[in-house]
Amino acid sequence: MNFLETEDVVKQYSGHLALNKVSIQVAKGKVFGLLGPNGAGKTTLIRIINRITAPDSGIVRFDGRLSKPEDIYQIGYMPEERGLYKKMKVGEQAIYLAQLKGLSYPVARKRLIHWFEKFDIMSWWNRKLEELSKGMQQKVQFIITIIHEPPLLIFDEPFSGFDPVNADILKQEILELKNEGRTIIFSTHNMASVEEICDDIALINRSQVVLSGDVTEVRNRFKGNTFLLKLVDSGIESETFETDKYTILSDETAKGVREIRIHKEVDMSNSDLVSLLTKQGEIISFTEELPSMNDIFINTVSAPNTTEV
Amino acid sequence: MSKLEIIIKREYLRRVSKKSFLLLTFLMPILMVAMVFIPLWLSSIKGDDVHNIAVIDNTGKYAALFQDTENYRFVQSEKSLEDYRNSDNKEIYAFLSITDDLLQNPTAATLYSEKQIPGELSRLINQVISKELEEEKMASFNIPNLKEIIKESKINFDVQTIKWGTDGKESKSSSMVASITGMVFTLLIYMFIMIYGGMVMQGVMEEKTNRIVEVIISSVRPFDLMMGKIIGICFVGLTQLFLWGILTTALLFGSQLIFGGGISPDMVTVNGMAQQGTNVSANMMNNPEIFEIINTINFVQLGIFFVLFFIGGYLLYASLFAAIGSSVDSQEDTQQFMMPITVLMIFALYAGIYSMENPDGPLAFWCSLIPLTSPIVMMIRLPFDVPYWQLALSIALLYGTAIGITWLSAKIYRVGILMYGKKPDIKELIKWIKYK
Repeated sequence: MNFLETEDVVKQYSGHLALNKVSIQVAKGKVFGLLGPNGAGKTTLIRIINRITAPDSGIVRFDGRLSKPEDIYQIGYMPEERGLYKKMKVGEQAIYLAQLKGLSYPVARKRLIHWFEKFDIMSWWNRKLEELSKGMQQKVQFIITIIHEPPLLIFDEPFSGFDPVNADILKQEILELKNEGRTIIFSTHNMASVEEICDDIALINRSQVVLSGDVTEVRNRFKGNTFLLKLVDSGIESETFETDKYTILSDETAKGVREIRIHKEVDMSNSDLVSLLTKQGEIISFTEELPSMNDIFINTVSAPNTTEV
Repeated sequence: MSKLEIIIKREYLRRVSKKSFLLLTFLMPILMVAMVFIPLWLSSIKGDDVHNIAVIDNTGKYAALFQDTENYRFVQSEKSLEDYRNSDNKEIYAFLSITDDLLQNPTAATLYSEKQIPGELSRLINQVISKELEEEKMASFNIPNLKEIIKESKINFDVQTIKWGTDGKESKSSSMVASITGMVFTLLIYMFIMIYGGMVMQGVMEEKTNRIVEVIISSVRPFDLMMGKIIGICFVGLTQLFLWGILTTALLFGSQLIFGGGISPDMVTVNGMAQQGTNVSANMMNNPEIFEIINTINFVQLGIFFVLFFIGGYLLYASLFAAIGSSVDSQEDTQQFMMPITVLMIFALYAGIYSMENPDGPLAFWCSLIPLTSPIVMMIRLPFDVPYWQLALSIALLYGTAIGITWLSAKIYRVGILMYGKKPDIKELIKWIKYK
């Protein structure tokens, strides 16, 4: 079931079409990656989902029905441009923002203390925000985003500004939230994290969705019939490899393992291909190479105006 | 607690607990009272020294006239001015040399000293001599009882101004007291609208430039955010006003008790030394009628209308300031939009000052009805008993406009607060207002 859907959302800013009939489907309990180059319209879409701005046309469905103003209380949103009151004390500020999200004072306080202890920043409770390092501020921001335990979480570029250690902590937290059954929308340029975290993606380019679906399915769609064959090095040169059914892309031997990258030229099953290759030597492994999300992203985005006619 | 209340509470508490707020709130009344009392107090301090004044009177007519006072002792001297000048005499403070009959030759008297001669001394000498010369002159006319005639024909005239109360009671009023009261309230309302309106703008800009607004906006309506700020800061202003009122009153009474009645009569006798202004206030304090005059001003009514006009005017300007703060990215960009508002406020202030001369004239009348100037100009008219229909109309217009402007500002605010990058012009702002 889809927790959140947009249908043909159009948003026009003065002289600039920010979103052109954008439809996305975010399944309940999944991590949904919203990808796209800078200025593609991701933030505009997120703002529409958050009801910060209204679409010119098109609809947003929340939990199966049309989105209502009250729905924003069920969304935790961490904007890309993060900001908090610099002069305000961290704890006081967190309680204030949690109250604005509808929590009562005692509940807000209890939950905040729990999270502050978990992230080991309890000692900062009475410090002003401006005294904290950027990473610390990000942690505070993350806590504030999730403090009201909303069913839908939206993270806009959550890893920017984090060191690898803290990025990993954050990644674990996001996965844990997913395990708790939350739905997560995750906007990023960081393709490596997409492969690790996201279940589904939508790629927005030039105001339109150009690619969407399950991550594995998308990668399969873009697979280039390339395989990696690992053999025990037998010292035999690849004389019998020459065939019109496949071509060798590379052939390297290191530490007794011969790695051959093969491109399948004709339509045949993988099993048939393997049976052709068995005589080459002792097979260690045979894997189909799926393109990385990074390659897919670059290929799709830099393709010359495929969507425009 | 609703979202709006939470925001109001935070905006209020954050500002009220600031050190600068507390400092200003408690120091200002002390400063005000000090400004009134310290000159009074200082001028009432007398020098302990008694100065010797040598009178070198060649004519012999005047030397005996000078009576010793608390501070000056007059010594008749036979020595010449030259002798004193050559000798190293420290005992004599100043030398009064009279070389000729002063009625014939008024320039014949000269006061010499190595120090700066205090005005008090020269006034004292002038008084003594002119009194003597007056009598001499009168005597020279040879009219019997001339002195008495002149004394009787000297008339001090001061027209009494009486205000007819609605109940037919008559009471003394003073247009000066009314003007001063009006002016104080005018300046106060001008200052408060400027300071607290500016505070709203700063607050909005802080939220925008820190991008806090993106976090908050997903849980609060922009309108609540804007109104929360405006109302919260309004309470800060009212709190300050209230505390100032109480503290100033308390301090005034307190210091009057300390310095007591001693000051006022003293002030009158110090006469020459005290300046015109302090003389007036001293006279006013001394005068029991002053209470009657002050009582003709209905301070309760004045206070109520002040608060009403303050809230209306503040709402009007603060929402404009909020709209400006939301539509720019940096402090420098505010100038372009601040200009017209500042010009308008200064115009209102001047209109108020000129209305003081004629509080029922056309300038005062129209400016106290036009909502953008009415909060300021109406203050000057209030002590002069404005007809109730005018007050009602002015308030209705002010609040109507304030609500309209707030509504428009909210529309600009809603778009502007999330818009970054380009500085909008008026055309752009109008487009924002039209956004759904």
